[in-house]
Amino acid sequence: MLLRGVRPRDLAQVVAIDAGITGLRKPAYWADVLRRYGGARGGRQFLVAEAGGRVEGYVVGEVRDWEFGSPPCGWVFAIGVRPDARLGGIGTRLLEALCGSFRRQGVKQLRTLLARDNALILSFFRSQGMMAGRFIPLEMEIG
Amino acid sequence: MKLQQNTLLALASALEFAAQPERQFTVGEVAARYRVSAHHLAKVLRTLGRAGVLEAVRGARGGYRFAANAKRLTLLDVIELFEEIGAARRAGVERAGAAGRAGVKRATRRSEGAAGAGEIEAALAVVFAEIDELARATFRSITLQTMLRLIERRRRI
Repeated sequence: MLLRGVRPRDLAQVVAIDAGITGLRKPAYWADVLRRYGGARGGRQFLVAEAGGRVEGYVVGEVRDWEFGSPPCGWVFAIGVRPDARLGGIGTRLLEALCGSFRRQGVKQLRTLLARDNALILSFFRSQGMMAGRFIPLEMEIG
Repeated sequence: MKLQQNTLLALASALEFAAQPERQFTVGEVAARYRVSAHHLAKVLRTLGRAGVLEAVRGARGGYRFAANAKRLTLLDVIELFEEIGAARRAGVERAGAAGRAGVKRATRRSEGAAGAGEIEAALAVVFAEIDELARATFRSITLQTMLRLIERRRRI
């Protein structure tokens, strides 16, 4: 298993993995994520796990500074593993690699935000030791 | 939020068994550990047994051992064997909702801005329902395996 930065030729597989999980194909969105997060610039990370020439999973995150007074912290906002490759530790390794990168940038905390009915990813983050944080997500209808 | 005594006992027992899945525990052993009556604990363990969380071992030194998948079984799965989170509150929500709707009609007739007791209760119920939903999501996202890791991490601190 090789963990490395994403390459443009990986994108179709990332789109397919995400579509398999969310039920939505979002090629334009992922092309934009590749443009902004590929190449590990300025605290941004877009990593993939590759085995046998196939992308098995991906993780995307970045360092965010001083949002509502929060010191710089790492954010993970996308992670996915092919269903037939789950329970093999790929997600754990991707997240560890992301955290390692954040640590090297002096960041001491990792955050994320996801729907409370997303049991699959919530359970994964919980299994990695994530707990409820100091920040509370809020939203309202504005349309 | 507050869980019932039986539910807390079931969670603690399930974790106790899951921590040593190959081991068989008697009711008396677990009861002594948690300082509860064996009679009381036996009822809780029977419920866990019927749900497949534990399996009963017959014989003179019989007892129970863990029978579920700790990586899959969540805290909510165990809790829901004993109670429904927010059920009592939801009954209150329905009562308050009906009273709130009636209160709105009365307030509209009476004067603008004067909130009736039912309206206030209904608004409070919305907040309590939010808390209950968060609690459910939290319990649903934590497996017994994750809890055992949390215990291990806290031991190292």
